[in-house]
Amino acid sequence: MKRYTIFVITENFIGILNRITIIFTRRGINIDALTASESRLQGIHRVTIEVTVNEDTVIQLVNQIEKIIDVIKAFYHEDTGVVYQELALYKIPVTRLDSGLEKVIREHNAKIIAAEPDFVVLELTGHKEKTQELLEILKGYGLLEFARSGRVAVAKRMLTIDSYVK
Amino acid sequence: MKDMMRGADIVVRSLIAEQAELIFGYPGGAIMPVYDALYDYHEQIKHVLTRHEQGAIHAAQGYARVSGKVGVCLATSGPGATNLITGLADALIDSTPLVCITGQVAAHLLGTDAFQETDVVGMSMPGTKWNIQVQKVEDIAPAIAKGFYIARSGRPGPVLIDITKNAQVDFGAFNYVPCLGFRSYKTHIPIEKTAIQEAAELINSAERPYVVFGQGVVLGKAEAELKFFLDKSGIPAACTLLGSGALPQEHPNYVGKLGMHGNYAPNLLTNQCDVLIAVGMRFDDRVTGDLKRYAKQAKVIHLELDPAEVNKNVRAHVAVIGDCRESLSMLTEAIENKSYPEWMGKFRDLEEMERSSVVQHDITPTKVGLTMGEVVHQINQYKADDAVLVTDVGQHQMIAWRYFNYKKPRTQITSGGLGTMGFALPAALGAQMFDYSRQVICIAGDGGIQMTIQELGTIMQTKAPVKIVLLNNNYLGMVRQWQQLFFDKRYSFTELDNPDFVKLAEAYGIKSQKVSERGDLQEAVEDMMIHDGPFFLEVVVEKEDNVFPMIATGCSVEEVRLS
Repeated sequence: MKRYTIFVITENFIGILNRITIIFTRRGINIDALTASESRLQGIHRVTIEVTVNEDTVIQLVNQIEKIIDVIKAFYHEDTGVVYQELALYKIPVTRLDSGLEKVIREHNAKIIAAEPDFVVLELTGHKEKTQELLEILKGYGLLEFARSGRVAVAKRMLTIDSYVK
Repeated sequence: MKDMMRGADIVVRSLIAEQAELIFGYPGGAIMPVYDALYDYHEQIKHVLTRHEQGAIHAAQGYARVSGKVGVCLATSGPGATNLITGLADALIDSTPLVCITGQVAAHLLGTDAFQETDVVGMSMPGTKWNIQVQKVEDIAPAIAKGFYIARSGRPGPVLIDITKNAQVDFGAFNYVPCLGFRSYKTHIPIEKTAIQEAAELINSAERPYVVFGQGVVLGKAEAELKFFLDKSGIPAACTLLGSGALPQEHPNYVGKLGMHGNYAPNLLTNQCDVLIAVGMRFDDRVTGDLKRYAKQAKVIHLELDPAEVNKNVRAHVAVIGDCRESLSMLTEAIENKSYPEWMGKFRDLEEMERSSVVQHDITPTKVGLTMGEVVHQINQYKADDAVLVTDVGQHQMIAWRYFNYKKPRTQITSGGLGTMGFALPAALGAQMFDYSRQVICIAGDGGIQMTIQELGTIMQTKAPVKIVLLNNNYLGMVRQWQQLFFDKRYSFTELDNPDFVKLAEAYGIKSQKVSERGDLQEAVEDMMIHDGPFFLEVVVEKEDNVFPMIATGCSVEEVRLS
């Protein structure tokens, strides 16, 4: 089993995400993370799916996704084939702000992006290992809430989306 | 100046524009505007009222399978729509083109648990090739145009279009523009010449090549191309369940049928060929048995339209993706004229073994009880070359498939992939509705026929001259066979107390007869076949007969057993 990133380039129609995810459900495969947003071409969406399976399975998944009528193209990459990033937000009570926390923020290159009377919100972008490491530390600072995005990724391969959209 | 009309009229006019001639359906609240519109167009488009929506969709499947056209089905929201689900799943797995239109509650009621509201788009998503909900009158015609295009192009399949009631009653312009394609869906894949070259090289150097073909040959209208390829190549060829009829059984290269209850030689010798050429088939588990021991010695060439089928179950050494009508022609050009008398002889020797140990028992039995095989054998004596055989699911299906003499394409209609009991009676009705002059023979078991027996009412009303043959063993025979072989004869809930079927058919005004003695069989079959109109023939067969050859679940094709 390996971690793969699946890219799906698709028309932006109602239900398309459902059509994609039931392909995983049917095979009893859990999606590790999923991100969907409009691509740089209007009307075309890009879905990024992170999944841990063996290569035979990821090939079948991609074939089945590509078979969906409204999907323009689907392909997969190993971690080495993509440049990716994740974003995490941490909500900490103001009362726990001290020099120790300041040091943690500095060392991890995190940012304070909001300061409210009761809490501050820290932001860290980085791979899961990094955001997880900060999470473990901040648990000791009365962490109130934590949220992490799915993977946002681009392929290293020099092919552009335009070549699939004709 | 464009015509303004109700959405319901647009639905019907769009169907007519797609050359739909026949709709199978059942009315109800949310589809009533469309039914109201149908009242005005009855001269341009006919409608058959079935007795259940499942009957409607199976009838549409039967119609589509025999005609090669798109079957059209109409149902209301809620239970009307959910009753279509089995048929959609069946049509998807067997690549049958359908357009099903369901009514839906008005758009402002969506998501409120309104009366007869159900999320049919969500429910049917995994069971359709494509589906859509239409909430605005102007979207109706484009959705129907796209639906027909998707249903019939590429690898065919079922489409569902859910139309809210407000869209049906609102007025809109009608200007029908047929769909000719769109960017996310490629229907024509150019054949790679290098793949043809590689395939030809493998075939030309093969000593024991073997062709296995499926329904893709029929769907791709490649029957003639397959025949030319076999004539020139001299390669023995076997068919899948749905591939039957793609090649006349008297063709010298034809060696029989593949699969769990197929013929002995075609299964056994799969593991002795050196090059396996699969044409328009998808290596279903009922064909391959244990994949780990399936044709491991062979180089595999796969001619297939659907790229997702290639390397799905069996790894192809050479994949020729595209329309098999094109690829077969190209391949025929590239191969040498050859014959394989010794290899072919192996098939014929094993065929002889099967004949003496299985076929003789089945069609010329010595024991008292009638066999299913002898009934099919009798039907062969009276059937026309283009007679259509529609079967249900179970022992009778396998026996009918084994012994029916297929001569023409599109004469085999059965639920292959999904194995839907209750399929045969409505599907036979649908096939007959396409052409009243064709012989349509429906063979069903006593279990399956009772799942959709209400469609005798539709046969009564349409006077469709379907010949219904009930092979009655008072058992769910195939399950009982498995219980006998694999569950120590523990016949758990497989025996049936049945009604008087003859009386039942007569109650529907259908001429009927019951046969339980061998001496009466031939005359009864003859009476049925020459009868002008629908006929119901019940044949009481041996209670505990089994279908052989058989490849048990988990076994390899070479472990096919004769008893």
